Amino acid sequence: MVETVKGGAAPLHYSADPSEVRDWLQLLKPRVMSLVVFTGLVGLVVAPGHLHPVLAATAIFCIALGAGAAGAINMWYDRDIDAVMRRTQGRPIPSGKIEAHAALSYGVVLSILSVLIMSLATNWVAGAALAGSIGFYVFVYTMWLKRRTPQNIVIGGAAGAFPPIIGWAAVTGSITLEPLVLFAIIFIWTPPHFWALSLWAHADYEKAGVPMLPVVSGARETRRQILVYTLLLAPLGLAPWALGFAGPAYAVVAGLLGLGFLYYAITVWRDPQDAAGRSLTNDAPARRTFRFSLLYLALLFAALALEHLVLR
Amino acid sequence: MTPEEKAAFLRRRRSRNLAMLAALGALVALFYVITIAKMAHPA
Repeated sequence: MVETVKGGAAPLHYSADPSEVRDWLQLLKPRVMSLVVFTGLVGLVVAPGHLHPVLAATAIFCIALGAGAAGAINMWYDRDIDAVMRRTQGRPIPSGKIEAHAALSYGVVLSILSVLIMSLATNWVAGAALAGSIGFYVFVYTMWLKRRTPQNIVIGGAAGAFPPIIGWAAVTGSITLEPLVLFAIIFIWTPPHFWALSLWAHADYEKAGVPMLPVVSGARETRRQILVYTLLLAPLGLAPWALGFAGPAYAVVAGLLGLGFLYYAITVWRDPQDAAGRSLTNDAPARRTFRFSLLYLALLFAALALEHLVLR
Repeated sequence: MTPEEKAAFLRRRRSRNLAMLAALGALVALFYVITIAKMAHPA
């Protein structure tokens, strides 16, 4: 639509851009961001050394911004499958509020900005780790694995496990065994967390052609895999204590949380099901396990940080 | 474009512009405080 400015000067253009500020914020996947920020903060808190509070806050901001930017690029790439999945149909690109190319530009600019600010405010190791996490999420998970293999969540989960490494590197300028252990905990936690969700949300993934484990191997195998990964996770949660960078208070919390997660995983495994493996309880145990998995990671990392701040 | 659509468009554009202004202002402030903090505690 073109109108003329009073006096007959240059024409005034009205584009049909229907986007609002909240649509641009939604592109950053703010709900995913909270866990990323929290685990990054814990990595920063437990790292030996001191970082100026302003620089520490900047590092956390950059982790959040980088995660959000990667989310925006993910929404650009996945706009075709987002349009057919009920859970994602209302996102800004499939709903027509933001054009795909604009979302891509936005994601790329924010990615570069987050890495540059992180590098300038802290050090290049933290900047490189942040760049690696964005690149891993965009290229390895979103573009390569997500649509090709039911192991997408297993390997792609590494992208979400980076924040403690980035937080640690921001303080120390290096990546040692301790942040790698925290990385491993989130890495092993991710599959049972997402597979519990996918047990009752797999119809959407099936419609979109995303090879989630319940779609490819069935619900029965998914329940077994949830149990296997939880069996790995429960002892792994104790590794910070075993390696000496967490104390007995953390060990007690990690042990109890591990047993709790194991209990929930067993209820999923033993969920009454028909011959095809479909749940006869509307996946009630899987829903409870998904909720507990969120609590597990939050409490585990909170225990690590609190023990470090209060008892050490 | 009806007058209502035009008003809605102008409102959306104004809020987007204000958000961009706030983001740029925040970026300037962030670079300032980063510089001060780095000068106070040089690596």
